[in-house]
Amino acid sequence: MFGKLTWHAIPWNEPPAMAASAMIIIGILAILTLITRKGWWSYLWHEWLTSVDHKRIGVMYVILALVLLVRGFSDAIMMRTQLAMAAGNAPGYLPPEHYDQIFTAHGTIMIFFMAMPFVVGLMNFVVPLQLGVRDVAFPVLNSVSFWLTAAGALLVNVSLVVGEFARTGWLAYPPLSELAFSPGVGVDYYLWALQISGIGTLLAGINMVTTILKVRAPGMTYMRMPVFCWTSLCSSMMIVAAFPILTATFGMLLLDRYAGMHFFTSNGGGNFMMYVNLIWAWGHPEVYILALPGFGIFSEVIATFSGKQLFGYRSMVLATLAICVLSNMVWLHHFFTMGAGADVNAIFGIMSMIIAIPTGVKLFNWLFTMFRGRIRFEVPVLWTIGFMLTFVLGGLTGVLLAIPPADFQLHNSLFQVAHFHNVIIGAVLFGLMAGYYYWFPKAFGFTLHRGLGVVSFWCWFIGFYLAFFPLYAVGLLGATRRMQHYADLSWQPYMIVAELGAVVILCGIAATIAQLWISIRTRDSRRDLTGDPWNGRTLEWSTSSPPPAYNFARLPVVDSIDAFWVMKQRAGAEPADPAPAIEMPRNSANGFLTAFVAVVIGFALIWHIWWLVILGLAGALILLVTFGWRERVPVEVSAEQLAADAGARQRAMVPV
Amino acid sequence: MSVYAGVVGPAPTRIIVGYGFWIFLLSDIILFSALFATYAVLQGQTAGGPSAHQLFELRNAGIETVALLFSSYTCGLAIVAIERRRMRAFYVCFALTFILGAVFLSLELNEFAGLIARGAGPARSGFLSAFFSLVGLHGAHVTIGLLWLIFLIAQTAYRGPVDYVCRRLLCFSLFWHALDIIWVALLTMVYLMGAR
Repeated sequence: MFGKLTWHAIPWNEPPAMAASAMIIIGILAILTLITRKGWWSYLWHEWLTSVDHKRIGVMYVILALVLLVRGFSDAIMMRTQLAMAAGNAPGYLPPEHYDQIFTAHGTIMIFFMAMPFVVGLMNFVVPLQLGVRDVAFPVLNSVSFWLTAAGALLVNVSLVVGEFARTGWLAYPPLSELAFSPGVGVDYYLWALQISGIGTLLAGINMVTTILKVRAPGMTYMRMPVFCWTSLCSSMMIVAAFPILTATFGMLLLDRYAGMHFFTSNGGGNFMMYVNLIWAWGHPEVYILALPGFGIFSEVIATFSGKQLFGYRSMVLATLAICVLSNMVWLHHFFTMGAGADVNAIFGIMSMIIAIPTGVKLFNWLFTMFRGRIRFEVPVLWTIGFMLTFVLGGLTGVLLAIPPADFQLHNSLFQVAHFHNVIIGAVLFGLMAGYYYWFPKAFGFTLHRGLGVVSFWCWFIGFYLAFFPLYAVGLLGATRRMQHYADLSWQPYMIVAELGAVVILCGIAATIAQLWISIRTRDSRRDLTGDPWNGRTLEWSTSSPPPAYNFARLPVVDSIDAFWVMKQRAGAEPADPAPAIEMPRNSANGFLTAFVAVVIGFALIWHIWWLVILGLAGALILLVTFGWRERVPVEVSAEQLAADAGARQRAMVPV
Repeated sequence: MSVYAGVVGPAPTRIIVGYGFWIFLLSDIILFSALFATYAVLQGQTAGGPSAHQLFELRNAGIETVALLFSSYTCGLAIVAIERRRMRAFYVCFALTFILGAVFLSLELNEFAGLIARGAGPARSGFLSAFFSLVGLHGAHVTIGLLWLIFLIAQTAYRGPVDYVCRRLLCFSLFWHALDIIWVALLTMVYLMGAR
């Protein structure tokens, strides 16, 4: 009746798992109770869950990311604690099968459900505002994308309570991930969760490419677009180019597991190095899908807070495009040890080193933007400077790893773990935190607490160095990644320092949560009535904070880069004519319902509950036909409404 | 016009929809390319089972090709017809598209059934896994296309050739032509090169 699902799927006799499950369930129940008691369901459903407003969808993406940051980090600190303890004869507190699930979940969650939603969320929120338009190209599809991502995140977390998660590492290499060696449901949770969220990400990428290429304000030519739009475009193009490969690869592994095929098995003519090649043909572009928007955020931040136009705009655009192309040609450096031969390895090694050139161009551009600028050391600037220092170090170890002979020594060591955390935390996380602080007032109309922002930055910055630089050292001494225990007691001091670093990072995360809480409590004293709290340069600052649903009553006309800055220089001109009525897309439950069906189908497939799979597919078909058949009538925003909004904003901006 | 797209503001809906769908088709082609690459690698991995040379016959693949290419032709005619509001011609051409697509699909299923009956199913070897998945993925696309086509005929009949229906018809025709392009690659790589 319920396939492989029985009472034994719930980890009754594993106290840590049960405690975590209980916490999650109690937390969810507490939130649901609160919403019911306060009578917020209607508001939540109509204003958020069914919203097709790109800003609200962006905010929901970021909330999802922050929640899963906490989940992924708790995995991280559990691993660090284990390794600080488990030296010599001490076994630590985590048995290997748990430890394996934890490092797999940590990697999977941090990349797919923390970094990706955070990046896509910021792109969603910012790009249409920067382009001076009212929404993305396909607003309902945007909602579907978000909800599919959330569905994948939900399935990963369900695995904590019902069943188990994969023990294969975050990319689930076969043959270990094949049925013969991983007969449990862990790998199936992994695969179906990522298939569902991967489709969401692909659709988001298609939406963003179409938006940036076809939906821009009058006069917003390519070479007038803010750099964040350029990096979002390149990142989205890479999503379109890379995510189908991920879908195909996971699809083949699923066929191996469910239909007994032989793509990646070690017998029957399968070839598991095929999987490794394909997954990295997605995986390396993925690194830059995450990093490029970060570079865009730093560009916006550094220009705004230096009070200068970005140095070398054209070279920045070219460097971004160069990285976009080159990053598709380096995937083999993730497995030089495959044995492809000296020539192939040399080519891929050189290609990998070449990426350092456009990245170096970017760094000099940021430095020269600051040079002789009037720099304000607001929190986003701290993150940016911290990034520049950290990322250069990460880049240097990256060039080191790009040398095949060195890579043969360092492959699968903690040195390599330190390297990719160095670049991903340094570029992606620092960038996202900078963007979070920078655009928060635009989203909610009040600024975040500065002091706690500074505390958060320093904790992350110092914590990062404490946590990962010992790993470089211990990696060079021979420590491998994914080890749950080690015999050499001389490694333990390094591991204890790394644990200390994780604790300092924990303080940084606590500071971020406290910052959000305190800022909301004191929001009345930190209102941003101008819509332009940082003296910004790009169009998102030209509308109110938070922007109206339609963003701009009349689309701005752009005649230069840094369009809003130029408009401000011509202050006093143009008392705008009243804007004519506009049409906006109507809210839609399509995204939420699609995700609901996706979760049902995914769960049924994981547990082999075939009747539920058929039911789910039938439901999906009915939904599709219904969505397609309905006529969608847009909502009209009347000219009177637009005039009233404009008047209200004028009055709010008059100083009291 | 496209050079000045940035000057005049957001593009018309028809352009946005067509363009977005086209980007989706590109991603779909990349999906196929991953399977093509896998097929190329696993082609010789027969694990002692039958090889491409022993299994494939060109006659069946040839008829399939003719059916699919002609269905694309009639699909193109249907789009021309709807643009000129010649509804009867549209329905005839679209129905022909459906019939030819169904012929293609039944021939493919017939071939699959024959192979499985001969013990050459997808679980037999790496080569056959790759073959069934690559050709089957194309077949799945054709199946979805046929369901979509039925839906569109119903919608056109019910709503008439209004803007959003015409946009969907345009997207369908892009989709159907893309399947042709993939089939031509498939025919070459799997059947022509395999049956040699």
